[in-house]
Amino acid sequence: MKASYNLITAKPKKRFDTWDVLINIAVIMASLACLLPLVHVLAKSLSSDAYVIANKVTLWPMGFTLEAYSKVFADSSILRSLYVSVVVTIAFTILGMIITICAAYPLSRKQLKGRKVLTFVFLMTLYFSGGIIPEYMLINELGMLDTWWALILPQAFSAFNFLIMRSAIYSNIPVSLEESARIDGAGHFRVLLNIVLPLSKPIIATLSLFYAVGRWIAYQDALFYIKQNVDLRPLQLKLYYMVVQASESFQLEATQVQVTNPDVLKAACVIFATVPIIIVYPFIQKYFVNGVMLGAVKE
Amino acid sequence: MKIANALKNRTDTETLNKHGFFYYLNRDKQLYLMLLIPIFFVLLFKITPMFGTIVAFKDYKIAKGFWDSDWVGFQVFLDIFEKRDFLRALRNSLLLNTLDLLLSFTAPIILSLLLNEIKSVKLKRINQTLLYLPHFLSWVIIAAIAYQLLSLGNGVINNIIESLGGSRIPFLQEDNHWLISYLLIGVWQSMGWGTIIYLASISSINPELYEAATVDGAGRLRKMWNVTLPGIRVTIVTLLIMNLGRVMGGSFERIYALANKATTEYTTTIEVLVYRWGIEGGNFSRATALGLFQALIGLMLVIIADRIAKKLGEDGLL
Repeated sequence: MKASYNLITAKPKKRFDTWDVLINIAVIMASLACLLPLVHVLAKSLSSDAYVIANKVTLWPMGFTLEAYSKVFADSSILRSLYVSVVVTIAFTILGMIITICAAYPLSRKQLKGRKVLTFVFLMTLYFSGGIIPEYMLINELGMLDTWWALILPQAFSAFNFLIMRSAIYSNIPVSLEESARIDGAGHFRVLLNIVLPLSKPIIATLSLFYAVGRWIAYQDALFYIKQNVDLRPLQLKLYYMVVQASESFQLEATQVQVTNPDVLKAACVIFATVPIIIVYPFIQKYFVNGVMLGAVKE
Repeated sequence: MKIANALKNRTDTETLNKHGFFYYLNRDKQLYLMLLIPIFFVLLFKITPMFGTIVAFKDYKIAKGFWDSDWVGFQVFLDIFEKRDFLRALRNSLLLNTLDLLLSFTAPIILSLLLNEIKSVKLKRINQTLLYLPHFLSWVIIAAIAYQLLSLGNGVINNIIESLGGSRIPFLQEDNHWLISYLLIGVWQSMGWGTIIYLASISSINPELYEAATVDGAGRLRKMWNVTLPGIRVTIVTLLIMNLGRVMGGSFERIYALANKATTEYTTTIEVLVYRWGIEGGNFSRATALGLFQALIGLMLVIIADRIAKKLGEDGLL
């Protein structure tokens, strides 16, 4: 037994391992499958029409031109959608964080009466919902259809984020620290602002990103709630009508060159809408991974 | 508790011994004030719609309003069950989501086993970054990319197939091809992100198990099969139970973005039908009833799956 153990540990480290190579190739193929579609669309968006129509473009732009982008930026309705998305995402994230903190901090205090009942009600929304139609009827009754409010208010409470925030406060903030502040005469607001929030910066960053990215990429509620008021279409919904359903054409203002291949324009739109995510992606990725772990541990 | 009481001595000396409702309300009034904000949002936007589901048992007429519409018991449900649209949507939901479960659930497990075998930390991290990327794209963007890649006339995949001497394939323009494309796009979107939990679960496996397996002469595949996979079994079972509830309800955004006029056979699932009946058609009672039916079946599936898992000796979820 002892001998065989030595035999194995003593074997040369740099040995050619077929499985190693195969596994690496498989994973790299999968990674490329995630990357290359975007590269192709990017290449298409930067190519001239003739090459795209001739099906010549694969991963590198042919006949480089920024014409498609100049058209995207000349379309006021696309810029308007971008503006709507930015405003809605910022407002939604701020509101969502206020709600999350205002729910998580009090319900993390063990001395609070009624804590269990409220926690139960809040967490119930994780598993049960009224469904699409009753929610739609509510928004309708409240007169929020075709308003900014429909995109900001209804989803602002997230039971999932509340759960993560509460357990972060539980585990990151020593009770003794809070108690000493209370003995010094600090009220709950003071404790929250001066102790809890500064100590919770990483989790606040993580949850803000959850809110922001979730809001940015969703289009279902906008599809339901924004109908007549086309000025309130967020970017994703605008894109849905323009690119996927192709029911809406570009508002080509003062452009004489009408013969642009719709495929090139669509590609430019996709890149236009994806760039904001791609830019922040390298920075937010680790927060998201951490967030998934937090959620998984709690559940 | 003593400290809290001592703190409040200055104002609450007389109520100290009573500890009635108002004592606590006063002591923690700042906390309760804070709670008013989330309570308002939960009551209005989460709880109210739950009561709104009673329109499923009414014959809702806009002219009569929510309260004055007539009660009809289970009539709305009985009407739905006779609709051809319903049967087709039910079949589509079950078909799409079952196949999706088979593919999109297993892909992350395999991928995380493979990722775990990559020794270079740097290479592993680059791969992870790329694999997580599709998770951050909206379904609209994914659908738009899919059409750029897979369309019949000028999709780049078809261009490549043709240049290799094959004939063009209607990936998204013919029903059965569409179904396969739909499933593979789902795998593409979720496989990388799904590995996170499994990788974390793998990293908590006791390294001594691998050493012992090595001593016993186990090769790489043996260790994957006999150490890694059993090590993440609990995680797999838990996620499987959670996913079974989704066999009834998939993502509306996904199917709605990927559906097109040429392929109508599989694209009407229950959630799409709820949208059509309710928001496009204005038949709130029928659409709510359908949504309620879907939610109840989903809940039942989770409970059944949980029971089966417990019978098989697993921890279960509930």
